[in-house]
Amino acid sequence: MCLGVPGQIVAVGEDIHQLAQVDVCGVKRDVNIALICEGEPAELVGQWVLVHVGFAMSIIDEEEAQATLEALMAMSVLEHEVGDFLGINAGADDAVR
Amino acid sequence: MQYVDEFRDPELAKTLLSHIRHKVSAIAKASERPLQLMEVCGGHTHAIYKFGIDQLLPPEIEFVHGPGCPVCVLPMGRIDGCIEIAERPEVIFCTYGDAMRVPGRNGSLLDAKRRGADVRIVYSPLDTLTFAEQNPDKQVVFFGLGFETTMPSTALTLQQAKRRGLTNFSIFCQHITIIPTLRSLLEQPDVRIDGFLAPGHVSMVIGTTPYGFIAEDFHKPLVVTGFEPLDILQALAMLVDQIHDGRCEVENQYKRIVSQQGNALARKALDEVFELKESSEWRGLGSIAGSGVQLTPAYREFDAELRFNTQEHQVADDPQARCGDVLTGRCKPNDCPLFGTRCTPQNAFGALMVSSEGACAAYYQYRRGLA
Repeated sequence: MCLGVPGQIVAVGEDIHQLAQVDVCGVKRDVNIALICEGEPAELVGQWVLVHVGFAMSIIDEEEAQATLEALMAMSVLEHEVGDFLGINAGADDAVR
Repeated sequence: MQYVDEFRDPELAKTLLSHIRHKVSAIAKASERPLQLMEVCGGHTHAIYKFGIDQLLPPEIEFVHGPGCPVCVLPMGRIDGCIEIAERPEVIFCTYGDAMRVPGRNGSLLDAKRRGADVRIVYSPLDTLTFAEQNPDKQVVFFGLGFETTMPSTALTLQQAKRRGLTNFSIFCQHITIIPTLRSLLEQPDVRIDGFLAPGHVSMVIGTTPYGFIAEDFHKPLVVTGFEPLDILQALAMLVDQIHDGRCEVENQYKRIVSQQGNALARKALDEVFELKESSEWRGLGSIAGSGVQLTPAYREFDAELRFNTQEHQVADDPQARCGDVLTGRCKPNDCPLFGTRCTPQNAFGALMVSSEGACAAYYQYRRGLA
């Protein structure tokens, strides 16, 4: 019940009481945007949002999403380098080098 | 960017798992017992089992499945109240699908439908307004169920009903709130939890600030967490880092969705439509002060229980069912004598088995052979 799905706003009405169209995995759904619209609805077109029970609940912050993934990737690279340093990664990969 | 595939990268998951194992082994040297980490939200419980995260982790980490699934903590008496209204001939009773099979004393809403009641599953509460407009000779009742995630949608639906002047629409209010429940849990002397994975979508509405007391007053670390495998693993890494370092802070792994202050528009709608109730009953946990809401005087005309003058139904939990002990980490689902025998997903006795987000249903579906 408490999960949502990400979707992209593709069309909006003239005010927040009109439903907006959101593309969720290729399917277009009518969604209420009153909980995320603080200015003009038109400014929301193209934004990614989290949709829950017919309402857009939150604008997905693309920079934060990217930052999380980059932090994870940096951690992964660091882990591999530490492994190299300690000789843990020795194996097929190293044989090719 | 789809925001799904990227958060399922197996290579990154391996790195996180190796980090968690390393930190946990250092913690384990200093401690004689496994860490008990509570995932408050049923959505997390489901994801942990669906992706097999529990089996990838070292045995020094144990999950405790918290009270954050509204279907699981729904008392039988409230279902009886819904059925009392749903079986009236003039009523169209609308509910989210996952409440359909929760057993009350006289069966479930699905049983009431089989007996002839007009019970309909809706995806969105907004659909119920359409039913009300299309059926002026009927009374349309929406079962408003859930934590702060679903509460704003009910609030906005009620605002629209008022704006449209609908007189044949009302809600059966079973909205509950997570913060007093977590406080009540932490105040119980024999509950032992070392850290919390806090619900991502409740936090999207309330923000991270309300969890401050858990770190400050109860000295437990907490990480607000998303629902993809990497979200959960990263949050676990953040939790074990805190435990390893002896820190107790509120941290936010799910920054792409959750801010410190939450959704101000949603909170404004909640304040207009709902007010705290003195106390609310929870399945397995008893009554918890200030943990539920009712409609404010301005919206009380939409209260189905007042409109239909229903009786208050109170049904004691069956002493054999250990739902409350599972919800507080005192036992695992398969320690309950009813698990897999009298209580299965097909014929659930306890609500933790009804909802796909319930700890018992997740155990049954994904862990039965391993338990």
